[in-house]
Amino acid sequence: MKHVDEFRDPASVLECAREIGAIVTRPWTLMEVCGGQTHAIVKHGLDELLPSQVTLIHGPGCPVCVTDVAILDQAHAIAARPEVVFCTFGDMLRVPGTSTDLYQVKASGGDVRVVYSPLDALDIAAAEPAREVVFFAIGFETTAPANAMSVYLARQRGLKNFSMLVSQVLVPPAIEAIMASPRSRVQGFLAAGHVCAIMGTREYEPIAAKHRVPIVATGFEPLDIMQGVLMCVRQLEAGSHRVENQYARVVREEGNAGAQALMRQVFAVRDANWRGIGIIDASGLGLSAEYRCFDALDRFGTTLASRQDDGVCISGLIMQGLEKPAACPAFGKACTPEMPLGATMVSSEGACAAYYRYRR
Amino acid sequence: MSEPREFQPVCPAPARSQRVSMAHGGGGRLMHDLVRDVFAAAFACSADHDAAVVEIPAGRIASTIDGYVVRPMFFPGGDIGSLAVHGTLNDLAMCGARPVSLAAAFIIEEGTSIDVLHRIARSMAMAAQRAGAVISTGDTKVVERGHGDGVYITTSGVGRCEHDRDIHPRSIREGDVLLVSGDVGRHGIAVMSARENLSFESAIVSDSQCLWPAVSSLLEAGVDVHCLRDLTRGGLATALVEWAQATGLEIELDEAAVRVDPAVQGACELLGLDPFYVANEGRMVVAVPAAAADAALAALRRTPEASGSVVAGRVLAGRPGQVSLRTRIGTLRNLPMLSGAQLPRIC
Repeated sequence: MKHVDEFRDPASVLECAREIGAIVTRPWTLMEVCGGQTHAIVKHGLDELLPSQVTLIHGPGCPVCVTDVAILDQAHAIAARPEVVFCTFGDMLRVPGTSTDLYQVKASGGDVRVVYSPLDALDIAAAEPAREVVFFAIGFETTAPANAMSVYLARQRGLKNFSMLVSQVLVPPAIEAIMASPRSRVQGFLAAGHVCAIMGTREYEPIAAKHRVPIVATGFEPLDIMQGVLMCVRQLEAGSHRVENQYARVVREEGNAGAQALMRQVFAVRDANWRGIGIIDASGLGLSAEYRCFDALDRFGTTLASRQDDGVCISGLIMQGLEKPAACPAFGKACTPEMPLGATMVSSEGACAAYYRYRR
Repeated sequence: MSEPREFQPVCPAPARSQRVSMAHGGGGRLMHDLVRDVFAAAFACSADHDAAVVEIPAGRIASTIDGYVVRPMFFPGGDIGSLAVHGTLNDLAMCGARPVSLAAAFIIEEGTSIDVLHRIARSMAMAAQRAGAVISTGDTKVVERGHGDGVYITTSGVGRCEHDRDIHPRSIREGDVLLVSGDVGRHGIAVMSARENLSFESAIVSDSQCLWPAVSSLLEAGVDVHCLRDLTRGGLATALVEWAQATGLEIELDEAAVRVDPAVQGACELLGLDPFYVANEGRMVVAVPAAAADAALAALRRTPEASGSVVAGRVLAGRPGQVSLRTRIGTLRNLPMLSGAQLPRIC
């Protein structure tokens, strides 16, 4: 398949790994930000191909993992309401909140439907005007434009029975938070290519300059990741800390201006609570004043007591790159994909779930 | 065997009613008409008695039963009727058994169109006829609207084992070679794209088919078949994990050897699915001793059902109960059983 096969070509991947081995002289610790990259690294065993000096640690870039338990609890309460059709992407179905998940809500009679696009939820709202259709808007900057578009179109189409439960988060504040931690070991970043496709690469320049770390916008195929590591190591060895773009076939420096404009119109930046990490200032998006009338929390939200993750779980440390999954005493024992204790085990792209699934 | 013609029911459709009502389940004339005109007519079997008596020569008999629910009931490459026949025929074939006779039970939701039942029954009759089997008996029940999803079908079947092999996971040995009978993942993606109205550049057609001709070819060629497993829900990966766990041996699968149709691969990339876990309804994995691999491959490839067969893995002793995937780039990783269904990813 074009645009996939050439980036999975074994010879090119191995050649790139050899090149990294040839230029590395010291130990370096890099963080891949996105859960999709973590998944690809573990799925293809890419870290096995790297020289021992290069350590990859896994970042907080799995939107499912970092969704706040309090938001999940609201989602489960709203989805259980008899008048509601609750539309969600498939991988939110089994993410546990305090006491249940969407699979269980559905089994108990909740009308929970998996959609492939937020625009499908709009069509449901138009087709079933007597029902209240709620879309669970989860994700990073990658999903924000389509989610913004659905609210924008809902207003244009006068769909009063459509609303959105918003839990959008932003990557640069998370990177900033990781670098601001005195315990951080991260010396270079592979930035999430698809986030950069929307937002461009310029917003990383202040972070690279302030913390003196190279940041390379990187794709998701094996060769993308190897090239991202190579570019990062090359900078580290040369003592430079620029923003570079490995994923040039998709990412432009300025990003997607149309998508950004729509996001600015529909959403407003707010603080967000990241599961396993805590509150990060200005790291999330909520509906702007203009679109607030589509906020499902305003329409259906109630006060709920949410339980935070179990004390044994170290997912917060894992997402900040301070620990690896195997360091957790609960990993693979008390904590499995069937019974996750914390954020990084709940989604297939969480670091713990990826290790549990693929590691031999 | 020549391609069978579509079976023409004795009593022409439509029957008196357009749709199934609760009265069709009441045991009266409407029910008798439905059974006679739709099912007994299509299957060319009698509705006069409580059970069918089938002649089977002495020897070992394979017996199986399976329930079928699929939405939508009609999808590219098949329908719930052909699926219900192929699935049960394949379960028999995995014991090396020549299919002889099937029984079919239908749970029909009130409001289902009689025409739909005709289409399903004809499709079942054709699928059975192609495999040289008969549908000899059956049952219908009607449930209220909202208490079913159109039609649910359960089929049971019996087949003759015309060999004395022990085709079973317990016969799998260290050193065995694994063959996969064609590309994987088409059925699951075909049904999903029909259900969700996903359109891809090229139509993806289910692989639903009867595997008996391919199994028969293996047995006729004298291949020392250790085990057969048709790939259904959970796909190739799950079948291999089941074998690894049943035998306490390690299975190594070669990622590059397994064929995936480019359209299926594209759909999986788009949806965040792994084709090794996507459902199939006309593919199997075959375990044979290494010395028999070439003969097995040749015998499989002689049949249209398994013309795309490949050698895709082997049985080792290293990691008991585990499956390892040799990736395209040469690394090794675990291939586990998934905890539930695969879920499309957010991004």
